[in-house]
Amino acid sequence: MIKKLFKSIFTHSFLIFMSIISLFPFLWLISTALKGNNENIFQYPPVIIPKYATFENFTGVWKKIPFLLYFLNSFIVAAFTVILNLIFSSLAAYPLARMNFKGKNIIFMLVLSTIMIPFQAIMLPIYLIVLKLHLVDSYGIINGYLGLILPFAVNAFGIFLMRQAFLSIPKEMEEAAFIDGCSIFNIWLKILIPMSSPTLAVLAIFTFIGSWGEFLWPSIVLTNKTLYTLPVGVNELQGIFSANWRYIASGSIISIIPIIIFFVIMQKYFVSGQNEGAVKG
Amino acid sequence: MNTFYKKHIPYLFLLPAFIFLIIFFFLPFFETLIISFKDYSNDIYTPVFAGFDNYKALFKSHEFYISLLNTFLFLGMVVPVLAFVPLITAIFINQKIRGISLYKVLIYLPVIVSIVVVAIAFKWIYADEGIFNYIVSIFGGKSIGWLTDTHFALLSVALVTIYKGIGYYMIIYLSALMSVPKELYEAAKTDGANLFIEHLTVTIPQIMPTIALVVTMSSISALKVFAEIYVMTKGGPLNSTKTIVYYIYERAFENLDLSAASSASVVLLAIILVFSVINITFFENKRYKL
Repeated sequence: MIKKLFKSIFTHSFLIFMSIISLFPFLWLISTALKGNNENIFQYPPVIIPKYATFENFTGVWKKIPFLLYFLNSFIVAAFTVILNLIFSSLAAYPLARMNFKGKNIIFMLVLSTIMIPFQAIMLPIYLIVLKLHLVDSYGIINGYLGLILPFAVNAFGIFLMRQAFLSIPKEMEEAAFIDGCSIFNIWLKILIPMSSPTLAVLAIFTFIGSWGEFLWPSIVLTNKTLYTLPVGVNELQGIFSANWRYIASGSIISIIPIIIFFVIMQKYFVSGQNEGAVKG
Repeated sequence: MNTFYKKHIPYLFLLPAFIFLIIFFFLPFFETLIISFKDYSNDIYTPVFAGFDNYKALFKSHEFYISLLNTFLFLGMVVPVLAFVPLITAIFINQKIRGISLYKVLIYLPVIVSIVVVAIAFKWIYADEGIFNYIVSIFGGKSIGWLTDTHFALLSVALVTIYKGIGYYMIIYLSALMSVPKELYEAAKTDGANLFIEHLTVTIPQIMPTIALVVTMSSISALKVFAEIYVMTKGGPLNSTKTIVYYIYERAFENLDLSAASSASVVLLAIILVFSVINITFFENKRYKL
C-alpha cells in the first residue's frame, strides 16, 4: 500500500514537472504581456504573477498589427491545402489500393520516392517554377494564395494513409454496388469516401496543423504584407517592436489563441496514440 | 474485380495528384541536379555547363564545412535526447492513474504551437537579463550569452527543437507501449523484478523498433532544421548556428548564388536519402502497408 502511494506520488511529480516545462515558455510570455510600463520586466528575481496586471499591451499590439487579416490568410491557405489534399490523396489512393494496371509498381515507387525528397533541398527550383507560373503576390492576391497552397496540394503520406484506409474496407461492398449498376466514380464517392471518413478527418487535421504552422515557404514567397500568414506576421513583431518585449509577447500570445482552441476541441485526434502522429511535414 | 473498370480508369484517378507531384516534386528535383552542374556567374539568364566545378567550390568553402559540421553537431545534441526523454515520459503516462489525459494534452501542446512563437518565447527566456541567466546567477555564475556566445548558441537552439519534439515522439512511443503484451510484465513481476528492471528487460526490447524509428525520424527532421535558427540567430554568431538548410537558404534567396545553393541541396538530398531509405525499408513499410 505504501509502496503504491509512493509510486503514485513519484509518477505525478514527474508528469507535473514535464507539464510545467511544457507550459513555462507560454506562461512566461503571458506574464510579460500582462506587465504594464510601470513594472520592470527584467526584474531579478523574476516575477511570474504581475503586480498590476493590465491588458494595455494586448490592445496596443492589436491596434498596430492586423491579426485578423493574418488569421484569415492562414485560414484560407490551410483550408484550401486541406481540401486539395483530401481530394487528390483519396483519388490517387483508390487505384493504388484496388486496381491492377500497367505501371502500378513504378507509380507506387514514384509516390514513395517523394517522401525521400525534403522540401528544403528543392525549394529553390520550386520558387523558380512558382515565379514562372506567376503564382506570387506581385501578380495579384489570388495568385499569391495559389503560390502558398499549390506546392503543398499533394503529399505522399496522404496518399499512403488513404490507401491504407481503402485496403481495410471489404471488397464485397464495391462488388455489390457494381452489380447494382454503380459507376467506378460513384463507388469511390458513395462507398469508399464515407467509409474512410475517420482517416479523412485525421488527414485533414494534421494537414491543417502543418499548413497553419508553415514558416519557411511563406517567408520566401511573400512580399505583400496583406498576404502575410500568422507565422510570418509574428516573426515580424521582432523587427517592428525591436526591444519592446511586452508587445512581442502580447502579439505572440494573441497569435496562438486560434490553434489552442482548435487543439482543445480536437485533442483526442492528437493524443489518443491511435494515429501516432499520422502526418508530419 | 478486374473486369469492372476500363483500362484508362486507374490513370484518371491518379492524374490530378501526379500533375502536382510532377510540377512540385519531380521537376524541381531534376532541376536541382541540373542547376548544380551549371555556372550562373557570368549571366544569370544564360548559364553554362560547369561539370563538377560547383561541387569543387562547395567542398573548398570553409563556410559549407562549418554548416555541415554544425548540422551533425545539432543532430548529435537533439536525437539522443528525443529518443530518450519522450520514452521515459511515455512510460510514466502509460499507467492507470488520474489526470492522464490532461498530462498528455499539456505535454503535447508545444507540438501544435507554431515554431515561430516557441522560438520567440525562448529568445525571451535566453535574454541577457532573462530567466536562464537568473538561474545561473542563483548558482553564482556569470551571465551567459545563450544566443550570442559561439559556445552556447547551437546548444540553445537545440534545446528549442528538443522542447518542441518531446510531445510528438511521446505519442509515438505511447502507441508502441500500449501494444506490449501485459503477460510479459506479469512474468517479470513473478520473477521478482522491480520496475526499473521490468522496463529494462521487457519494455526496451519489445519497443526497440519504435526507438529506432524515433531515431531516424528525429535525425531527418534535425537535418532539415531552419525556422528556429531563422527566428533566433540567423545563423550567427560567427556562423556558429549555420546549418546546411540555412546555408542553402542564404545562398539561394539572399546571395542569389544558384550554383552553390543547388550543389549544397544535392549534398543534403544525399544525406537525407540514407536516413529515409533506412526509415522506409525497416519502419514505414509496416506503418503504411507499403
